[in-house]
Amino acid sequence: MKVNARRAFKEGIVNFWRNGWVSLAAILVMVLALFMIGSLIFSNVLLTSALTRIEEQVDISVYFKKEATEEEILNAESALSQLPQVKSVSYVSEAEALESFRARHSANALITQSLDELGENPLQASLNIKAQSPDQYEVIAKFLDASAYSALIDKINYFQNRVVIERLSGFLGASRAAGLGITFVFSLIAMLVVFNTIRLAIYTSRDEIAVKRLVGATRAHVRMPFMVGGVMYGVISAIITMIIFYPLTLGLGQATARFFGGPDLFSYYLSNFFEIFFILLLVGVILGVISSSIATRRYLRV
Amino acid sequence: MIYFDKVSKVYSPTSIALEDVSFSVEPKEFVSIVGHSGAGKTTLLKMLLAEDKPTSGKVFFESVNVHEASRDDLPQIRRRIGSIFQDFRLLPTKTAYENIAFVMEAADAEDKDIEEDVPQALELVGLMDKALHFPHELSGGEKQRVAIARAFVNRPDVILADEPTGNLDPMNTREIVELLKKINNLGTTVILATHNHDVVNGLERRVITLEKGKLIRDDKKGRYIIK
Repeated sequence: MKVNARRAFKEGIVNFWRNGWVSLAAILVMVLALFMIGSLIFSNVLLTSALTRIEEQVDISVYFKKEATEEEILNAESALSQLPQVKSVSYVSEAEALESFRARHSANALITQSLDELGENPLQASLNIKAQSPDQYEVIAKFLDASAYSALIDKINYFQNRVVIERLSGFLGASRAAGLGITFVFSLIAMLVVFNTIRLAIYTSRDEIAVKRLVGATRAHVRMPFMVGGVMYGVISAIITMIIFYPLTLGLGQATARFFGGPDLFSYYLSNFFEIFFILLLVGVILGVISSSIATRRYLRV
Repeated sequence: MIYFDKVSKVYSPTSIALEDVSFSVEPKEFVSIVGHSGAGKTTLLKMLLAEDKPTSGKVFFESVNVHEASRDDLPQIRRRIGSIFQDFRLLPTKTAYENIAFVMEAADAEDKDIEEDVPQALELVGLMDKALHFPHELSGGEKQRVAIARAFVNRPDVILADEPTGNLDPMNTREIVELLKKINNLGTTVILATHNHDVVNGLERRVITLEKGKLIRDDKKGRYIIK
């Protein structure tokens, strides 16, 4: 068995070299497939980080009536922060609200003057609430509506932004699903192309397989060198694909980081180098071995 | 040693390759199978190698029906049968040496034995100096001699030669036949399928004549007699 493995390994490598063009074609196609899978990993990183950022910008504000005391509002805050759906609650007092309003409009003399003339603070105290995920805002809003604090609440802007928030959370969910679906479909297409290319490569060896069988080689003996070839396609393609991603992420990293507001792809590539390489290697080797195994089976019937 | 028992091979009702063929071959015999193209010579040899199944009848190698041999047994049987084909069927990506060595590898031979026996086989067919040439660098006669060395290197009990001289000139034909005789003299059974008159008549050995799939003559010291 050890002798056979060594011979199969040697023959696999020799055949790989002597069938240079066929090997080259198989590797090119597999590099394309692995490149596609790698690109999907990277774009998934960007998409996820973009989605997280959008989600973080969604919140609801609860405005309290003028007669609500600060203590009551702080009670409401602590009650809210007990809810499992709530990620964070921040209290903005009347004074703070006025301050930030003034700061925002400091260039507008008319507004500053009107405020000064008004003499008192027209702004309300509020609680800004962030949920764990966008679809939970409704639960939080309902909780407030039904609670003892509802008498103190003037308005909840969820009910104004409700349509936007619902659409957004729907969109985020859908784009995740679509991303997964696209990943799956593209990987499948890539795998089919690789499978066919390897099948073609083995088709050129069908006479060889028949002769080997007729001189008394066992099925395993005939098949092993092709398996070795399949493994080599996978390993070499994974290495080439990783090399291609180096300049690509280096060049595109900052531009995409600016556009998506996500992490720099190049630093992602560097920090996850072995994980990405391992995934590509695994996909490549499995694809190569399975394709070789199915493709040889046909010609082994002799 | 080899026994064909009422073997028929029907591809379609209008294409009958073999019809009720029975004969046996004893060890160390040199048998020629003659007939026109399409008489069934190649099909007959394919039946013995189990490359194709008969429609009816049995083919025995020693006491084993080759078409009922298990997956594990069939390679063992084939290792005891060396094959030579009209189109040589050498592996194009292997050198002459490797083309012979891989048959021994297929039979799980030790490296030491391969290193000893392959040069001997090349010596037998007089191609020691072409050991590292690829098939496309060899002439037709040289390719067939490599194929003979390949068939012989495992010291099989029988060698099947299917039109081995079909693609060769008279000079090369004579050399190939001499080689087959030499191998037969070393104790190996040879079954030669051919439609070359001179070859058969020069041998003066047993001749089985096929016509349209039927065995019509079986002569101990035969000649090529076909209407």
